[in-house]
Amino acid sequence: MIDNLITALGAEFVQLSLTPIVIGTLAAIACALPGNFLLLRRQALIGDAISHVVLPGIVVAFLVTGTITAVPMMLGAGAAAIIAVVMIEIVKRLGRVEPGAAMGLVFTTLFAAGVLFLEITDTSSVHIDVQHALLGNLESLIWFDAEGWGSLLDPAALATLPPQLPRLAVVLVGIGLCIFLFWKELKISTFDAAFAGAIGIRTRVLGFALVVATAVAAVAAFDAVGSIIVIAMFVCPPASARLMTNQLARQVGWSVVFATISAILGYVLAGYGPGWFGSPYAVSAAGMIATVSGVILILTCLFGPQRKRVGQQAEA
Amino acid sequence: MGFGDYFISALFLQAGYNSALVAIGAGLLGLSAGSAGAFIFLRKRALVSDAISHATLPGVGLAFIIMVAFGSDGRWLPGLILGSAISSAIGLLMVEWITRKTRLTEDAAIGAVLSVFFGFGIVLLTVIQTMSSGRQAGLENFLLGSTAGMLISEATTIAVAGAMAAGFVFLLRRPMTLVAFDPEYAATTGVNVRNIDLAMMGLALIVTVIGLKIVGLILIVALLIIPPVAARFWTNQVGKMIGIAAVIGGLSGYVGAVLSAAHAALPTGPIIVLVAFGFFMISALFSPLRGGLASALRHQRFQLRVHRRQGLLSLARREPIYDGLTIRILRRAGMIRADGVATARGRIAAEKAAHDEARWAMARRMLPDDSTIERYDGLTPIERMMTPDQIAEIDRMIQNAQTTQGAKA
Repeated sequence: MIDNLITALGAEFVQLSLTPIVIGTLAAIACALPGNFLLLRRQALIGDAISHVVLPGIVVAFLVTGTITAVPMMLGAGAAAIIAVVMIEIVKRLGRVEPGAAMGLVFTTLFAAGVLFLEITDTSSVHIDVQHALLGNLESLIWFDAEGWGSLLDPAALATLPPQLPRLAVVLVGIGLCIFLFWKELKISTFDAAFAGAIGIRTRVLGFALVVATAVAAVAAFDAVGSIIVIAMFVCPPASARLMTNQLARQVGWSVVFATISAILGYVLAGYGPGWFGSPYAVSAAGMIATVSGVILILTCLFGPQRKRVGQQAEA
Repeated sequence: MGFGDYFISALFLQAGYNSALVAIGAGLLGLSAGSAGAFIFLRKRALVSDAISHATLPGVGLAFIIMVAFGSDGRWLPGLILGSAISSAIGLLMVEWITRKTRLTEDAAIGAVLSVFFGFGIVLLTVIQTMSSGRQAGLENFLLGSTAGMLISEATTIAVAGAMAAGFVFLLRRPMTLVAFDPEYAATTGVNVRNIDLAMMGLALIVTVIGLKIVGLILIVALLIIPPVAARFWTNQVGKMIGIAAVIGGLSGYVGAVLSAAHAALPTGPIIVLVAFGFFMISALFSPLRGGLASALRHQRFQLRVHRRQGLLSLARREPIYDGLTIRILRRAGMIRADGVATARGRIAAEKAAHDEARWAMARRMLPDDSTIERYDGLTPIERMMTPDQIAEIDRMIQNAQTTQGAKA
């Protein structure tokens, strides 16, 4: 038993599974953190919209620069996210259309444009394609130079970590820091925008900053894990957390816990689960992480201590 | 045959039986999507259909696996459609259940269902990829839609199902219009709002599963959302809006399918969505009712009228005019000469404007709470907004005021 565990967590694990698990966890938490506030502001689907819009941004960035390096990709995706937010606003104002329909119109159109660009240009030779955009390639983010747990202390080996890992770590620290610094303002403006405005908090700026943070998290996570995890992590862990507690700080804490469980358990089930059924193949880690977050949500819907609405009669 | 020639011949259904059938199927699909979407749009539940469409994927995967387990090659379209319908119905019920039973809002429920079902569907697709049959090719086409290499039987299935969906919309149009437009009133007339809502969502579900093969599950929601948003620009009447949305959806499906048939590199689903977006842009810019161009023109006309009116009032008060635009407008209308002196025509018009202004001023004093006064934009002649009797009364009051003033002096 112990031997099995040691083999399971041995050098091969460090090389093949450790980095994807860490990257998946970082991505999940980076998305879940702003997701808490989006959820409470009834903007849960902004994350969905932004992650669809990232695709055309990346394709256009590739067409302009001709490279698939990280910086232009992230700039392109970020620009596309901002364009989408502005377009949603324009459609809402111009047509006096309700937000949901405006959002649906904009993100499907931009996504369609992104797919069209992909198909009619030569990008298919590069490794961006629609499947990659949806699924990411978490499984392939392996740490070639790792020779065991000792490599964690070896600077030469650490230098060959997949670049997504430090990138996501930086983004996660940035988002966490922003939420920590603006905690009071975020909290007040989320629960009572009018009061927040009255005491001098610039709610519109704060709301926009939240969308930007969402976009940054989506873009950083996108390359590594694809858009499915991004969309699922924006909504599911915060939603489950919301059913656990009535306090914002605890909710954020729970969402981090749920995001971590989803990422780790999802990856393990995808990588090792089929083996338990005698299949030599792994299944999609991104899809499995989303699935686990859904199972957690169902469990909290059934058993979460704060699952019922308060201040309102439960419906018959 | 070049792209243009092929496009023209395909547009008029001359490019072969299969592509004609696909174009008709896509047109019918767009027609039913546009009209069904219009009801959902009016009910403000546009994004529920996003959850429905993403929730089809696990059904497609499971249906494939089950069919392979029973020895078929797994690609029988009606079977895949049935599977997708069942799983998206479960997704729809999950959205309802989460919204009803927990304190999570509908948008959170939609986001959760669409991402989790889609994720699970992707897991199933990777399972299928490892299955020994190895004939899963084409299943990815359900993501983005493709009509290339579609079998005749599949094209027929889609065309027939599209026609049935369109007929279903037609049959249910009256109660659905009622519920979409005014659910409270509908309830008082004895319509079962909950059942009609379910029928509406069921219709979106049918449209989605038919559209899987053509438009793909990620983009089918666009065909439910964009045509109604575009149609909203053209009319304020529910019935007309639904009709226009149906036409826009039908044209988008038809033209998009033809375009994609004419050029192999043009993916069907994205092209159909972008054609629909083109209709949206045309509507948003050029609709005479709410379009951007029309409101810009209206704004400009209003501005001209304000300048003209203020210019005439200045003339009447014999004040000099400094504003360049005002001078230009009055000069073009032949009201003032190049040196700024009023012409005979200008003097008459100025007199009339001043008289009108005096009447309005008196009307405001006489009827401070009148709704007509509240609607007054500062420009419309009083004859157009009040009855001759009222105006005669106002004139009498003005005369009285002038006499008393004269007496005081």
